[in-house]
Amino acid sequence: MSLVGGSDNYLTHTRGFRSWALTLDHKRIAVMYMVGVSATFLLGGVFALVVRTELATPGPTIMGFPAAESQPPSAENQPAASSPASPPAVEATAEGKNLYNHMFTLHGTVMIFLVIIPGMPAILGNFVLPLMLGAKDVAFPRLNLASFYLWLFGAIFFVVVLHTGGLDTGWTFYTPYSTGQGNSAATNTSIVLAVLGAFILGFSSIATGINFIVTTHTLRPPGMGWFKMTLFMWGLYATAIIQVLATPVLGITLLLLAGERVLKLGIFDPALGGDPILFQHFFWFYSHPAVYIMILPGMGIISEVISVFSRKHIFGYRFIAFSSVAIALWGFLVWGHHMFVSGMTPLAATIFSALTFTVAIPSAVKVFNWLATMYKGSIGLATPMCYALMFLVLFGIGGLTGLFLGTLAVDVHVTDTYFVVAHFHYVMFGGALVALLAGLHYWWPKITGRMYNDRLGQLAAFLLFVGFNLTFFPQFVLGTRGMPRRYYDYTKLLERHPEFSTLHMLSTIGAFLTAAALFLVLFYLIDSLVRGRRAPANPWGGATLEWQCSSPPPHDNFPTPPPVGDPYDYSGLEYDPALGGFVRRSPDADRSGGPSLVPSSG
Amino acid sequence: MQSIDLPLESSPVGAGGYAAGEGRGELAHVMPARVLVAVFAALILLTILTVAAARFDLGPANLTVALGIATVKATLVALYFMHLRYDSPFNALVFVTALVFLALFLSLTMLDAVQYQPDIRSYETAPDSGFLAH
Amino acid sequence: MISHAEPLGWHPPHLAHHFDTPRQQFAAGKLGMWIFLLTEVLFFGGLFCAYAVYRANHPEIFIYAHQFLDKPLGAINTAVLILSSLTMAWAVRCAQLSQRRGLVLCLALTLACAAVFLGIKYVEYDRKWEEGLKWAGSYAPRQVREPIPPRDPSLPAFPPDHGHGSEPRNVGIFFSIYFAMTGLHAVHILGGMGVIAWILRRAVRGDFSADYFNPVDYTALYWHLVDMIWIYLFPLLYLIH
Repeated sequence: MSLVGGSDNYLTHTRGFRSWALTLDHKRIAVMYMVGVSATFLLGGVFALVVRTELATPGPTIMGFPAAESQPPSAENQPAASSPASPPAVEATAEGKNLYNHMFTLHGTVMIFLVIIPGMPAILGNFVLPLMLGAKDVAFPRLNLASFYLWLFGAIFFVVVLHTGGLDTGWTFYTPYSTGQGNSAATNTSIVLAVLGAFILGFSSIATGINFIVTTHTLRPPGMGWFKMTLFMWGLYATAIIQVLATPVLGITLLLLAGERVLKLGIFDPALGGDPILFQHFFWFYSHPAVYIMILPGMGIISEVISVFSRKHIFGYRFIAFSSVAIALWGFLVWGHHMFVSGMTPLAATIFSALTFTVAIPSAVKVFNWLATMYKGSIGLATPMCYALMFLVLFGIGGLTGLFLGTLAVDVHVTDTYFVVAHFHYVMFGGALVALLAGLHYWWPKITGRMYNDRLGQLAAFLLFVGFNLTFFPQFVLGTRGMPRRYYDYTKLLERHPEFSTLHMLSTIGAFLTAAALFLVLFYLIDSLVRGRRAPANPWGGATLEWQCSSPPPHDNFPTPPPVGDPYDYSGLEYDPALGGFVRRSPDADRSGGPSLVPSSG
Repeated sequence: MQSIDLPLESSPVGAGGYAAGEGRGELAHVMPARVLVAVFAALILLTILTVAAARFDLGPANLTVALGIATVKATLVALYFMHLRYDSPFNALVFVTALVFLALFLSLTMLDAVQYQPDIRSYETAPDSGFLAH
Repeated sequence: MISHAEPLGWHPPHLAHHFDTPRQQFAAGKLGMWIFLLTEVLFFGGLFCAYAVYRANHPEIFIYAHQFLDKPLGAINTAVLILSSLTMAWAVRCAQLSQRRGLVLCLALTLACAAVFLGIKYVEYDRKWEEGLKWAGSYAPRQVREPIPPRDPSLPAFPPDHGHGSEPRNVGIFFSIYFAMTGLHAVHILGGMGVIAWILRRAVRGDFSADYFNPVDYTALYWHLVDMIWIYLFPLLYLIH
């Protein structure tokens, strides 16, 4: 069997549109997800750039310019402290402000529901999980394909939403603005289509969760007990638990919201006797655990990458494994921290705040274990490791700022400000997305059979790091000084905080730099498909099972089941320069005085 | 590829995946007909009981009695009709987990929702508050 | 790992390529179905939460409005659904014993019970429509009943209502919850009927036997859950006092 793929692998096994559209091969499904999610990531990114461009200047920048005659500069439009030489401030039109609402809402909904929640389980989990098990596929391959099509239909719903009424409620769909009944100020946008789209996406998520839980339970090979699994598997398993427990509650919430708008059901609308805070409880019961769906697979990836690129056994395997499940379960206890200022009672707020502090502990356990893994390790700075190190810094900042938000007295001041925006972008983008990039770069040779240009990879990672921090660090400052989130026009705030202009401008520059870095990534990854060096089976020297098949893998993964060992024991591997990758050292190596080069799978 | 650390079947699995002593065809326990009928009869009786209990006013215990009877019925359905009694304990754990998390959701939400009611009532009953003008 | 009863490498016809033994496949499918039932419990659970919150905060609405529900029909429906669970469980037994005729009969009876359930539901809903007893946004009762004063004198008196006589305010919320819960349940009955009909067709074709009855078993699990949900809905909606 060839170790350097290319002859017959899952990509070439069968050809034609139908062989992809009706595939039951987890690897092809993962690739289809990769293409789809990349497209929606681009869409969400465009919305982000629109938002940031608009915020670059205080008044209207690219939207909401009033017609020349309709807005004579009046006293209240001028910031009192503006210098005589500055042009008179322009008040944005209502249409402009409303368009801005659409932009940030669509950015949030697309990124959360179409990119970050499905992303890692669907792309990397689908591809790698069966390989890590030495298995032929996931437990329910048809359900897996269904899960992809559900994602696709959900994505189509959102694209349709763009062309019909749009969405302007914020991704959180708070009532009564979103119920639109008995309330002339309520929104008139395509809520029903959007929530139905999200409902369908929820089924996609649940299907993936069911698949991964059953796969982990039933398809482990002989010799792979629970504590011989890789930490990425633990991360996926913990994620799957959340997916099946939390997503149904989102489902019923969205269904009821659709019922509100279509039937005037009245459960969340105070005009009909309903309770809008109940909506928030329902919504956040899912949406808080959802953020752990976003991060847990990423943490699993980081465990893999840090261990491999430190050439050192992961430190505290059981602690990391248990902490994944702990985060999954504990994450269900803290949703109220999104509602501290909603009118909830002080008792409930105190309980949620205390629980929020404790949920940070398992994450901290992981961070310390990763650092301990790196200590006295032989660090290699290939691109995946660059992203892993970035993760440590950015997730560290993001996670710690979450503690500020969990503190009641502080949260009262910074809630709904840019502090929150910065916090969640640090954890979701700087954490989850960076981990996704780490995993993508780590498993790219396995998925595509090609090596990308590592220098460009490192450059892009560096640019991304600079761009990201330039975008979001100023937002912490903005937030603590009172810049509210979801605000279109901050002209009136400049009186007391003239520095807001500069901070916003820095943030916008950072956003474009970030976009440039991501385009560079896209460029060299696609370039690798055409001109990249053919990848060996094990370019990075991993000890997990997926590196024991060729790159790309054959259609049925492993002709014979690979032997199971410690997934973080690198003592048996050494680098073969001729191959450009790692091979398993033969048992005779020490005695004969020189390593003999034996292929790492037979 | 057998994964038996968390057993999925309660009977020991031998070579070929069939339990020792079972014939080739027996994938799972077959429920005897008399058990099915007995459970059915019990469920009907409990339904009659719960309707009858509704005639009597037991004060705050009304809800407890009604839910208690419903839970007994649900347990019978789960244990016998759904085979949980003869199945892998992990399946039962899955079901119980659902109930535990549901209880968590209900209790914390109710804790908050019940406590902020006085605020809402004070808005409703304030004179000329304009609240919920119909 | 291969059974000593079959020649080495023999793969039973119903065994998917990525499973090693029929038992592994059966256990995997069963676990998958139980996890799906977990999601259904949490899905309905949201509605039970809404019920609990509103009942705790507005007991007067529930005590008043449930008078409009038809207890005898609800009780009959409960019995019908329990019967359908019996026939469904019996269907699984027939499949496990390779009794094809019994299997077909039991599945058909289950479908019949489900149809009766939906028929009675239709009658109930029809009456509500005529009476104008719909969800909050469309609530327009043609007649009001006598309000039942709260048993607990410390509970506040009904706030004055604005248009429906001596009713408590916002009675429509009860019907919102009623229709949401029973409506969603009815949708699940319909879906279940579709799946059972498909299983019935396959049973008639002779697809199932002691070696392979997995789809019957999984469908039965789903059906029993639908029954279980009704077991809770019935006292909570119909038997309030």
